[in-house]
Amino acid sequence: MKLTLETLINNIHDYRAGERIELSGEIYTARDQAHKRIAALIDSSEKLPFDLRNSCIYYCGPCPAGNDKIIGSCGPTTSSRMDFYTPKMLSGGVKILIGKGNRNSEVIESIKENGAIYLLATGGVGALFAQKVKKAELIAFEDLGPEAVYRLSVEDFPLTVGIDCFGNNLFDERKKCF
Amino acid sequence: MRNVKSEDIISEIEKMCADVNYNLPCDVAECVASLVKNDKSIQDNILLEILQNAQVAAKEHIALCQDTGTANFFVKIGKNVNITGDDITSSINKGVERGYRKYFLRKSIVFDPIDRKNTQTNMPANIYCDFVEGDKIEITMLAKGGGSENASALKMLVPSDGWNGVKQFVLEAVKQKGANACPPLIVGIGIGGDFASVGFLAKKALLRQLGSANISEDYNCREKELLGEINKLGIGPMGLGGKVTALAVFIETKPCHIASLPAAVNIQCHSCRRKTIIL
Repeated sequence: MKLTLETLINNIHDYRAGERIELSGEIYTARDQAHKRIAALIDSSEKLPFDLRNSCIYYCGPCPAGNDKIIGSCGPTTSSRMDFYTPKMLSGGVKILIGKGNRNSEVIESIKENGAIYLLATGGVGALFAQKVKKAELIAFEDLGPEAVYRLSVEDFPLTVGIDCFGNNLFDERKKCF
Repeated sequence: MRNVKSEDIISEIEKMCADVNYNLPCDVAECVASLVKNDKSIQDNILLEILQNAQVAAKEHIALCQDTGTANFFVKIGKNVNITGDDITSSINKGVERGYRKYFLRKSIVFDPIDRKNTQTNMPANIYCDFVEGDKIEITMLAKGGGSENASALKMLVPSDGWNGVKQFVLEAVKQKGANACPPLIVGIGIGGDFASVGFLAKKALLRQLGSANISEDYNCREKELLGEINKLGIGPMGLGGKVTALAVFIETKPCHIASLPAAVNIQCHSCRRKTIIL
């Protein structure tokens, strides 16, 4: 199902774990070191690189763009490394998380409390994701290289709802089957 | 003595960085294709995405995965080869620096594990040299992603643990962290040697062609046995369930001390990027 970021945020209760979507809109890349810095900025009440309210964080450290390209390979990284920082991001207003793999119980609780959603992207297919990025801008922490924050305009990003706003978790569904 | 110019090694390594990162090896693509069921499930769709991604990457000259990895090199240097100019280590590192910059590959290495400042060159590479007969240099590159490397494990077992102990250790490692390592996986296992060398054995095991048999009949059976048990764990593609958790299990062994039974498991994601050249 094709939908925009706004539609997803405004109707977040309608999407359940296991549902496949193609998402379009503006998303922000942030992984390990960017999370560490954003968390420190929140703690010291300093200006953040982007408005966290109703935003979407994509756990991704892209390859550099080739000469005639918008971006290089840009698939997801393992989300659980960001678990430590995620409740703070969600309290700050982030609504959508995109990454790969399961999350810990604190993150799942925080997703429920904040009415957020966690979407899964397939790992190791970053060339496919690069085809769906229409614009990429570096917006913060350039010194971090691939770990800098980029604003990406994406079209029809192929994703699956991993954890919905009720805390239903696709990884638990999987366990029940075996 | 045959002379090989370091500049030739550097330019070959430079090209190899692109080749390894843009092209999924045929044996890997064929193995994934053989598992597609066309049943429209999430798991099956992941296998199709892997195949589609390989086509896009090769055509568009774009990396298969954004994690273009730590550059690992397994080098066999003939005793009748003389390298002129730079030594082999700096030649490979220069090739990595040039290749990762020229072909827009991600620089994923930090200077210090605690401070974490990026080297911005993807150097240094991990280089393992072996000295052999002949007048050639054989270089195998393995671009190894961090996510699957993080799922790897090492354990010093004792002789009484035997094969069953090794098997339980491997199964536990895959069960604990395999889902985060981008399955379907290739599971490299090292048994024997010592603490330092058993990890290397596990990594070296990942270089085997999918579908190839272990030269030892006993270990060939053990590989099949473990593959069967791993695929019964229910992890499935990207950890979303199913029978396709691993594509292969490869074991490398080495003699060891009478008191020891070292075992290591090096997990490889489905994007098993490797290539060998001979100079």
